[in-house]
Amino acid sequence: MTDPETARHRRRPVVRLGAAAATLALVAPLAACGADDAGGPPTINLYYPPEQNLQKVVDDCNAQAQGRYEIAYRVLPRQADDQRVQMVRRLAAEDSGMDLLGLDVTWTQEFASADWIREWTGQDKAEVEQGTLAGPLDTARYEDKLYAAPKNTNVQLLWYRKDLVPQPPTTWDQMIGAAQQLKDQGKPYQVLTMGAQYEGLVVLYNTLAESAGGKILSDDGKKAVMDDGTVRALEQLKKFATSGVTSPSFSNATEDPVRLEFQSGSGAFQVNWPFVYPALQEANPELAKQVGWARIPGIDEGTPSKVTIGGVNLAVSSYSKHPEQTFEAARCIRSAEHQKFSAINDGVPPTIEAVFDDPEMTEAYPMKDTILEELKEPATRPLTPAYQSISTVMSAILSPPSGIRPQQTADELRGAIADALQSKGVLP
Amino acid sequence: MTRPATTETPEQTDGQRATVPTQRGGRRKPPLSENKKAERKLGLLLCAPAALVMIAVTAYPIIYSVWLSLQRFDLRFPDQREFIGLENYVTVLTNEFWWTAFGVTMLITVVTVAVELVLGMGLAIIMHRTIIGRGLVRTSALIPYGIVTVVAAFSWRYAWTPGTGYLADLFSDGAPLTERASSLAIIMLAEIWKTTPFMALLLMAGLALVPEDLLKAASTDGATAWQKFTKVMLPVMKPAILVALLFRTLDAFRVFDNIFVLTAGGNETSSVSMLAYNNLIRGLNLGIGSTMSVLIFITVAIIAFVFVKLFGTAAPGSDDGERR
Repeated sequence: MTDPETARHRRRPVVRLGAAAATLALVAPLAACGADDAGGPPTINLYYPPEQNLQKVVDDCNAQAQGRYEIAYRVLPRQADDQRVQMVRRLAAEDSGMDLLGLDVTWTQEFASADWIREWTGQDKAEVEQGTLAGPLDTARYEDKLYAAPKNTNVQLLWYRKDLVPQPPTTWDQMIGAAQQLKDQGKPYQVLTMGAQYEGLVVLYNTLAESAGGKILSDDGKKAVMDDGTVRALEQLKKFATSGVTSPSFSNATEDPVRLEFQSGSGAFQVNWPFVYPALQEANPELAKQVGWARIPGIDEGTPSKVTIGGVNLAVSSYSKHPEQTFEAARCIRSAEHQKFSAINDGVPPTIEAVFDDPEMTEAYPMKDTILEELKEPATRPLTPAYQSISTVMSAILSPPSGIRPQQTADELRGAIADALQSKGVLP
Repeated sequence: MTRPATTETPEQTDGQRATVPTQRGGRRKPPLSENKKAERKLGLLLCAPAALVMIAVTAYPIIYSVWLSLQRFDLRFPDQREFIGLENYVTVLTNEFWWTAFGVTMLITVVTVAVELVLGMGLAIIMHRTIIGRGLVRTSALIPYGIVTVVAAFSWRYAWTPGTGYLADLFSDGAPLTERASSLAIIMLAEIWKTTPFMALLLMAGLALVPEDLLKAASTDGATAWQKFTKVMLPVMKPAILVALLFRTLDAFRVFDNIFVLTAGGNETSSVSMLAYNNLIRGLNLGIGSTMSVLIFITVAIIAFVFVKLFGTAAPGSDDGERR
């Protein structure tokens, strides 16, 4: 029998070693974080959603910086909600480890209002505003100040089967009528788009509301309006959902399932982002030859639609230790040359108008003229710090679209949006 | 040798073992002897550091939450922070989302705890009576409880997702996690699968309290197995069962991780904790979110109170049972 006392003593050094190793393992990464200014160029931490070829842009900017700074691309999660939660959590804790942020266009006002991002001024601001499309630029402003630099934009198009539909429809009613005719003839007829209870449904409704000339919020973004135009948009959405031309899974559909459904050939029309086109060419080249694109239909004959824009803005964190270099890095990442590169390689439409005229764009972007046409008369989603809450309650109230009762739903939306603006809204 | 707990008269221990530290604290009738007083004081001093740490790490956040819940405090509108009294409570308690989530949470709590009690009892008896490979049986029964909830939840999620899952096409050809009823059933199933072993473990400790002599005596009197279970085992096990129920009810009421992974609260499957998270972390609305946290805290306190006062559950650490 060994005496337990000695046994314990014999074990102790091992335990100590283990503990020391564990402590080191825990502390080492922290030390690595802090060591960034020990000589050498400052590291600019770019937190940006996954984009396949962005690293090449970053490398190019680092070469151009000639040692003034070193951008490190930190990839955010794939889901928009997870991206936002990671950033707001860290910014609320005043984390200085984030310098440059890739924000969805709808988060810019929220981050600006919370004092988490820096205003763009002077030379930086002048450079960003020059030649940038007005719609994307509006999404980067809050209270008439510029808080971000639009890196890329995005806009949905109407994709249609040229073999079934000779002329693209210019209003939703025309499109529904054409689909019903095809249905009677026993041909593929469905109008496919996103109707699940999420941001995509809000985008669809926002496009309809703006196309009908409606206002969801007042111009200063402080009050809920929901005027007649927005009620007409609700009528249109309900009519579309109940006219028998949607897919059975419309009220559960998100971007990718919609794309797959159209690829399988059951649809005559699809309202979706431009990413569907390269995917279609790859998956079903025969069908791709038959597919044309057009501006999304409007509400009234003779009034063109206003289409909701998406995209990403670059913002500089208030807690960054190297703001000057960060502004410079942001300008480099969104330069015309890099926007063109990203547009061709990653399929994200540029925000600088001149890039559209580049001959290289024509090949990669056969639909660029239609995109530019929509971008010049764009619709933005409500520009307010409370957008995230507004979007959540809107998608909850609008879902399912077949259950809309226009006037009542409008009143319900007005109340819920007013509550969200007052921080009184409860999120589901 | 075990005895069922009896209430002991004070005279029995007082004076008799005055120098030996008493095994019982609390519920003494005065007057206390000098020795007792000194002992009591020493006891309090020994507890003080732990009590202070507890106050520092739990009381402060709770008080801070209550303070936050009385304000309009939204990180997105930092300039508009103001004291608004109980307005947030009115907002939350008149909101349908809150009551839907409350109903969902109650449903999950009642159903899972009831099912776990039955299954856990069966599992406990099996583990208790196993003769061969006892260690192996107990270990394998505990595996679900040992797996991190979030990890298990992910495997459930993939299992129930069409295309990746082996369970998705079991009942219908739809996606079960997109329908409310089936989502709730899956959430409850995941909860039950995970925590039944824990219930079984607590109940097994209760089974150990049942004296063999009693069971033998009952057999001699011609009791059937069922009678032995209901007339002998259950009454003796009652304190253990109530403690197990209390623990599980409090746990189940705070359900979060399974829902977070399986449905993220879609289709009205949010629990109250999920709702508090959405409003605090995603909505950046510290006022409303803290209000929900406080309401959850109050509900949990009420549940514990009901168990301890009305069902006579021995509060953990109190001295109704015999310590060995």
